[in-house]
Amino acid sequence: MPDNAAAARVPAKKPSRVLTGTHFMVGDHACAEGALAAGMDFFGGYPITPSTEIAELIARRLPPLGGRFVQMEDELASIAAIIGASAAGARSFTATSGPGFSLMMENIGLAAMMEVPCVIADVQRASPSTGLPTMVGQSDILQARWGSHGDYGVIAYCPDSPQECFDLTVRAFNDADKYRVPVFILLDEVVGHMAERVVIPPAEEIPIVRRKGPNFPPGERRFLGYAPDDDMVPPMAHAGDGYKVHMTGLTHDEKGYPALTPEIHDKLVNRLVDKIRLHASEIEMHEEIALDDAETVVVSFGCTARSARHAVNEARAEGISCGLLRLITVWPFPERRIRELIERGKVKRFIVPEINLGQLRREIERLTQLPVLRLNHAGGAMLKPDAILELIRS
Amino acid sequence: MSVTEQVIQPAANIHPIDNLLRADRLPHILCPGCGIGTVIHGYAHAIAASGLPEDQHVCVSGIGCSGRAAGYVNVDSYHTTHGRALPFALGIAVHKPELKVTVISGDGDLASIGGNHLIHAARRNVDMTVICINNFNYGMTGGQVGPTTPIGAKGTTAPDGAIEQPFNLPYLAKATGAVFVARWTILHVREFQDAVLRSMNKKGFGFIEVLAPCPTSFGKSNKIGDGLHEVEIYRQRCQIRHGATNLEEFDIDLIDDTKPIVVGNFVDVERKHFLG
Ligand code: SF4
Repeated sequence: MPDNAAAARVPAKKPSRVLTGTHFMVGDHACAEGALAAGMDFFGGYPITPSTEIAELIARRLPPLGGRFVQMEDELASIAAIIGASAAGARSFTATSGPGFSLMMENIGLAAMMEVPCVIADVQRASPSTGLPTMVGQSDILQARWGSHGDYGVIAYCPDSPQECFDLTVRAFNDADKYRVPVFILLDEVVGHMAERVVIPPAEEIPIVRRKGPNFPPGERRFLGYAPDDDMVPPMAHAGDGYKVHMTGLTHDEKGYPALTPEIHDKLVNRLVDKIRLHASEIEMHEEIALDDAETVVVSFGCTARSARHAVNEARAEGISCGLLRLITVWPFPERRIRELIERGKVKRFIVPEINLGQLRREIERLTQLPVLRLNHAGGAMLKPDAILELIRS
Repeated sequence: MSVTEQVIQPAANIHPIDNLLRADRLPHILCPGCGIGTVIHGYAHAIAASGLPEDQHVCVSGIGCSGRAAGYVNVDSYHTTHGRALPFALGIAVHKPELKVTVISGDGDLASIGGNHLIHAARRNVDMTVICINNFNYGMTGGQVGPTTPIGAKGTTAPDGAIEQPFNLPYLAKATGAVFVARWTILHVREFQDAVLRSMNKKGFGFIEVLAPCPTSFGKSNKIGDGLHEVEIYRQRCQIRHGATNLEEFDIDLIDDTKPIVVGNFVDVERKHFLG
């Protein structure tokens, strides 16, 4: 007879934060697993296609690990809650799509101004407005850079595969803490919903960088929450740590107190921009295929880069001199690399395929007088490799 | 290394709540006769009476004159965006449930632009205290009417008087699930302080409306004169009805002076809280 009592005594398998192993996984789930592996312990979100799978997986996985999942009343609340949780020390996360991303913009500015780290996954769909909710788009990239009012620095990753959804989400949490900024992971519907092999390494091989805190105990002397170190990033104390911080979206001095003068404002906002701009070479990531002698450079990102890679490989097989620059961070933009390519004098033209009407193309056009050919679609379907190949051949 | 400075040691004869105010931020921005200072004073006393270390108190505000409250209290304090104090505070309260989170903000911030968050925070019964300073108008932007402006009262955006039905905030808070609901005025200093303390000591969502004069904006449009005059209106017309259940009848009418302004601790019930 089976010993049911004995079976009941066997402790339930402890849930593991890091699902080490090889999986067949959709991008949305890989992104959620990346957040868990990075130590995310607070999620506040609101359901929206095509990002909902991220929230659903976290709702199931996070509470048994001791973290908190809260389904908020809307995206305005989701972003506010993750900033609040992060101010209390959490590694906090939300996931959304275009309409929700738009609603979050005001408080993304608050996170930038208060310098509260947080990570936002935006699974892009065809826009504007409600657009094509279940179909692909890549049209939130300028919103990710400029969406909230005012100037501030941000970091945005654009994975092209489920594996990168995992890897870049881990990185996003580290960068958010390191630079005290909101960090975006700009998936798109295709990458979010496609299933591929995802290898999750052992927990000890996953790099975790956490925000720096005060280097003296509370009460010893006053902690200046906005006095930056040499890296332009101030150490951060959390609610309950005992340092009596004050944080505000108003222009503030080193104590965090409102200081409403043009001089302080200019200094503060410049630092918010410069702490990312001057670290761009550390943050920025891209992939290159055959760029060294390329006369035609295809610049692409996300699911479109998959078509572009195929087209470039085909074209090279036909003997055409072309290469691919795939953006892994769209922000910071790999401006320096593109300038180098232009200055070397081999490049004759750029081709920018993207599922929007030319958002990335503008970035390249501002760097060069060379022709920048466009291949655009407003959204709903991937750009086909053949269409890119045809343009390369032209 | 971060740049630091020495804490200035307070003089010997300090007031019991001096340590709870950020003295280095004084003078404050509030107008003479404004009721917000009295609310901050009451909150500071409640912190002192709570018996909990100051380090465990957190204050979150939204935007507006009342939203500046967080900037004057010497606890971890967050001055957030317009309407979003509650979800921000939820993030803190849920991530660190050991902290006593208090939201101090205005009627426009909490009941208009942040109204959706108010009803959902109450419904969830998140463990926090909300002090809603109701001065019947948008003071900081110069006296526009809002969702609490009594019918007939004037504002720069309703020069002939407000025509919309205002919120009865205690009724709204009770209906949406708050476990502690009170209404006081800044005349009722001790009762208000006591209500804040009771709410702090209770697990769940506490909502305290506190009526406060805004002589600069609301008072001027409505010929109420100075702050003292409005407090005199409270004195003449307030009736205390603890535990009253007919909150739906407690609209505030400032024009008809035969109508009482009902105040009191109305709701004090037990219900499973958000993390309970
Ligand atoms: S405008 Fe009204 S609410 Fe604002 S500080 Fe002046 S009196 Fe107070």
